[in-house]
Amino acid sequence: MLKIKIEHLFKIYNSRSGRVSALEDVNLEIQQNEFITLVGPSGCGKSTLLKIIGALIRPTRGTFLYDGKPLLQPTRDVGIVFQEPVLLPWRAALDNVLLPAEILGLDIEEGRPRAMDLLKLVGLEGFEASYPRELSGGMQQRVALSRALIHNPSVLLMDEPFAALDAMTREELGFELLRIWNTHKKTVVFVTHNIVEAILLADRVVAMSPRPGRIAKILKIELPRPRTLEMEFTPKFKTYSDEIRSVIYHNGTAVA
Amino acid sequence: MMPNPAESMPEEIEEHAQRMSVFVAVLGPTVTLLALVGLWEVLARWSGVPAWLLPAPSAIGDSMIDWRAELAWHTMITLYEVLIGFALSIAVSIPLAVAVVYSPFLQNTIYPILLALQSMPKVAIAPLLVLWIGFGAMPKILVVFLVCFFPIVVATASGLSAVPPALIDLIRSLSATTYQTFVKIRFPTAIPHIFIGLKIAITFAVIGAVIGEFVGSDQGLGYLILTSTSQSRTPLAFGALLILTIMSIVLYYAIEFMEHLVVPWAPKN
Repeated sequence: MLKIKIEHLFKIYNSRSGRVSALEDVNLEIQQNEFITLVGPSGCGKSTLLKIIGALIRPTRGTFLYDGKPLLQPTRDVGIVFQEPVLLPWRAALDNVLLPAEILGLDIEEGRPRAMDLLKLVGLEGFEASYPRELSGGMQQRVALSRALIHNPSVLLMDEPFAALDAMTREELGFELLRIWNTHKKTVVFVTHNIVEAILLADRVVAMSPRPGRIAKILKIELPRPRTLEMEFTPKFKTYSDEIRSVIYHNGTAVA
Repeated sequence: MMPNPAESMPEEIEEHAQRMSVFVAVLGPTVTLLALVGLWEVLARWSGVPAWLLPAPSAIGDSMIDWRAELAWHTMITLYEVLIGFALSIAVSIPLAVAVVYSPFLQNTIYPILLALQSMPKVAIAPLLVLWIGFGAMPKILVVFLVCFFPIVVATASGLSAVPPALIDLIRSLSATTYQTFVKIRFPTAIPHIFIGLKIAITFAVIGAVIGEFVGSDQGLGYLILTSTSQSRTPLAFGALLILTIMSIVLYYAIEFMEHLVVPWAPKN
């Protein structure tokens, strides 16, 4: 089933130095329960595209359909995880997870056991009463993931969620995310600038190139699931990553 | 609990380090202060400087004991002016800051005027307040109000604007109302900032009360300093000064203590 449809989408920012084309003629269809990664260097518009899907910003022109309908306001059907956990420092982990439920006016007493389950799901059982300052960066990001899931959205938008973590925590959380995605079927749109991460997680990788931000190529990743770290060293994986690298840096301007 | 770097140390070294830190934190400053007071005593007694110019610490102590009833009375007057002016300032500044942050109109109209007013020296306004309102506690309370007002408004306004952009996006994605955003996110985010403003303001508050009393008063520690210096009762003036200093420090730490109670999550400075 088609969840998100984007057609001839443009986003132009008017800045002091003139008009900046953040996204140019983007076409993308995302199926329900699909795991999509958006990968590309800085300035390729991947975060802009994510925010458009979350209806946090409006496209300048073009079609964006969510469940077949245009989306003008953010929908409660979406959960978001950012690069920073942005937890509320005055709330314990459990109450941080419950924040969206409170804002959406859901029953908190019903939400509480669900929040406990989610913290357990992300491996934070026993940390319900801990405050953010008592948790490591990886643990805080796990709380943020639980918070994004509390209102049971069907779409999970993730904006470089593991980019601020060390490499080992990052891999660990990636696989946990896959495990959660596998049991709690969600449509995931995951932004990253890490090519290995993009391939390892995705059903399809959307490779984007900068100036102007556009989709350079969409790759279907035909690695079996469950994915493992060893897959990174298979010839197939290398073919994918070589291809992504070549299209991302198509104009020869390698971006660090 | 926060991991403590000292935890990994062997016990003996840790104990030694703790003893050292106690010495550095408490004993060091105390000994230094006592040494300076002792030096002052020696110089004041044997340098030939007359007592009405520079009294010895012992003379200051004696006069404080002799005048304890008067000192207590004037202290209560000044403390009253400080606390009422400070409370008034909080009651006006915080709602005003909220209004300024939430209303682009007020931001463009009131805020520039506030900034201009802040550049006006409050000491210069004090005589006008006496002229308008007369003697009594009110003009002093108003000076305290005026000096406290600005730091609290600025701190509150900047605190309300200090919400991380990603958190704003998160809240927006949940279609939170303005009220929900204020109560659940913005105001709690602002509280540690507000306390910074309060701590700056309370030190100004004592200065403000003394200025008010200097300009026209028949009571309060500022008045006492003025009259005792003019009557060559210098030790008493020093006594009043000492009480003002202690008052300032105690009020500052009272606010810091409240901060620890209200915002245990605030970053330590």
